[in-house]
Amino acid sequence: MPSLLEVRELKTYLTTSQGVVKAVDGISFDVREGETVALVGESGCGKTMSALSIMRLIPRPQASIVGGEIRFQGRDLLKLGEEEMRRIRGAEIAMIFQEPMTSLNPVLSIGRQITETVEAHHPLSKEEARSRALELLQLVGISDPAQRLAEYPHQFSGGMRQRVMIAIALSCRPKLILADEPTTALDVTIQAQLLELMRDLSRRFGVALVIITHNLGVVARYADRVNVMYAGKIIESGTATEIYRAPRHPYTMGLLRSVPRLDQPRKSKLEPIEGQPPDLWNLPAGCSFAPRCRFVVEKCAQEAPPLRQVEDSHHSACWVAETLTQ
Amino acid sequence: MNAEFKIQNSAIVEVRGLKKYFPVLSGVIAQRVVGWVKAVDDVGFAIRRGETLGLVGESGCGKTTTGRCLLQLDRPTEGSVLFEGQELTAMSDEELRPLRRQMQIVFQDPYSSLNPRMTIGQIIAEPIRVHALARNGAKCRDRVAELLHVVGLNPLMADRYPHELSGGQRQRVGIARSLALEPKFIVCDEPVSALDVSIQAQIINLLEELQEKFSLTYLFIAHDLSVVRHISDRIAVMYLGKVIEIADRRELYENPLHPYTKALLSAVPVPDPLVEAGRERIVLGGEVPSALNPPVGCVFHPRCPIAIDECRKAVPELREIKPNHWAACIRA
Repeated sequence: MPSLLEVRELKTYLTTSQGVVKAVDGISFDVREGETVALVGESGCGKTMSALSIMRLIPRPQASIVGGEIRFQGRDLLKLGEEEMRRIRGAEIAMIFQEPMTSLNPVLSIGRQITETVEAHHPLSKEEARSRALELLQLVGISDPAQRLAEYPHQFSGGMRQRVMIAIALSCRPKLILADEPTTALDVTIQAQLLELMRDLSRRFGVALVIITHNLGVVARYADRVNVMYAGKIIESGTATEIYRAPRHPYTMGLLRSVPRLDQPRKSKLEPIEGQPPDLWNLPAGCSFAPRCRFVVEKCAQEAPPLRQVEDSHHSACWVAETLTQ
Repeated sequence: MNAEFKIQNSAIVEVRGLKKYFPVLSGVIAQRVVGWVKAVDDVGFAIRRGETLGLVGESGCGKTTTGRCLLQLDRPTEGSVLFEGQELTAMSDEELRPLRRQMQIVFQDPYSSLNPRMTIGQIIAEPIRVHALARNGAKCRDRVAELLHVVGLNPLMADRYPHELSGGQRQRVGIARSLALEPKFIVCDEPVSALDVSIQAQIINLLEELQEKFSLTYLFIAHDLSVVRHISDRIAVMYLGKVIEIADRRELYENPLHPYTKALLSAVPVPDPLVEAGRERIVLGGEVPSALNPPVGCVFHPRCPIAIDECRKAVPELREIKPNHWAACIRA
């Protein structure tokens, strides 16, 4: 299948009072048409900044994209003018944010917020836009859509608001949806509902999904391919089966081992990743994970390992990827 | 009578018929009560000395309010809370103060639960000062250093401020503060939810080590069922202000009886695509109803896959279906 999105050597830096942070430090990944790709990592790893860079919505002037390419359907988004980019945002690439509480406008009715997006991209009459909004609410499983169109965000629960966000994201039939922690703020039973819904809709309309999450478990069921990020870099990538069944980077292995699992017997003690999360202002020379790594060798402190192939579609940024043992 | 009774002797905390209703006010000048949010509605359980009781449920189910009512941080509307046989609900704040040394809390958010203007040393020393437990400044500093060491931090951190610490380090400070008074019982309110996955396991291991070292009893409140299974001896599941199931860890996870517990367990994702593909997931319809207007009868019936007419009529009692396994479901 052809690539819909190709990110190449993307670099997004942040200027702060304490210095420059390489929030996204040369990442490359692909999203093919209709597939679900996960971007997994802990807070500060650069996953959200990567998504915002694709949408060209990074906070200015602190953040700037200093290098790389973001090719969407063959066009480099970084070379587009602001006006051209606006035509792509929402219409071709949509985004769902983590906080359904804050990403909807509290003083606009739900109906207005859906039609706003549609009308921004298509010349529709009021009536047409309304019936489109109605159809979308039904699609995302909101009952009494006619009545709820006139209601405001505060009258919706967290799960329902996130459904509205999905409806807005789908409103212009985009090719790609970037979902930034779409279910993190929600309860497990609601999380399950929404992820099932997103999968069904993405299959039905052939929309590709990029799911950004800190929780490896959440995406195991849904992702075709997974990219694991640490300190601004993708340190491992592969199919979901490769990543979860045979991880080839000490960080991914550590993450998988440190979480208690319901499908396995209870361990007497958890095996955490030792040490602290990386200090982005003072990253070590060489591999950023080296200070916490159980497999560290001399080379790790001197030179940052590149992301390289270890199996068919499986890549790891570790000097000793081949010899890692559980 | 019930479970609390049988294990009374070994219980450090006993809760009976606990209710906490919050008033809903309306009106601009003369505010009047227009309704009550039944955050906790007739909850009873006991916590045995030295055990960890897990309290799980989704947001708004009343688990945090239950924990706060136990410590009298929120005063219950009704019901009884016994700590080592003493009735806490009848005590004045003054009478409670000496008991507070024995019951402490670790909060969820290590960012907002530490005063940003105090050094780590001052934060940990505060309870020691309030209860006048150190004879002089030097003794107090020694104790702070010892506590920092116990929670795995460098004693030199006493001079730092919270913003200089990572989330995991801050949570260690929160734990050190709760240990300062040598409590017997600690309510851990979602102590790892705000932390990165790679740090969560460190804090859980620390809590377990401390429990053993200081013979602590925990009420561990959380929404993550995998974490709760790891740390708890027994587990109580809450839904909309009520405990709907309570059992030993193993029994609850292997033979859940309440349909809500079953759905909750099936919704927990497993980090393995092959296991996930073979797992059946019970996706519950609808959402948790408002605690302002809870459903009549069983509070879970509108979402329950096996509800029958009778479930709409009477509130099911928490009953012992198997030895030490209690569930509030007439169909269990």
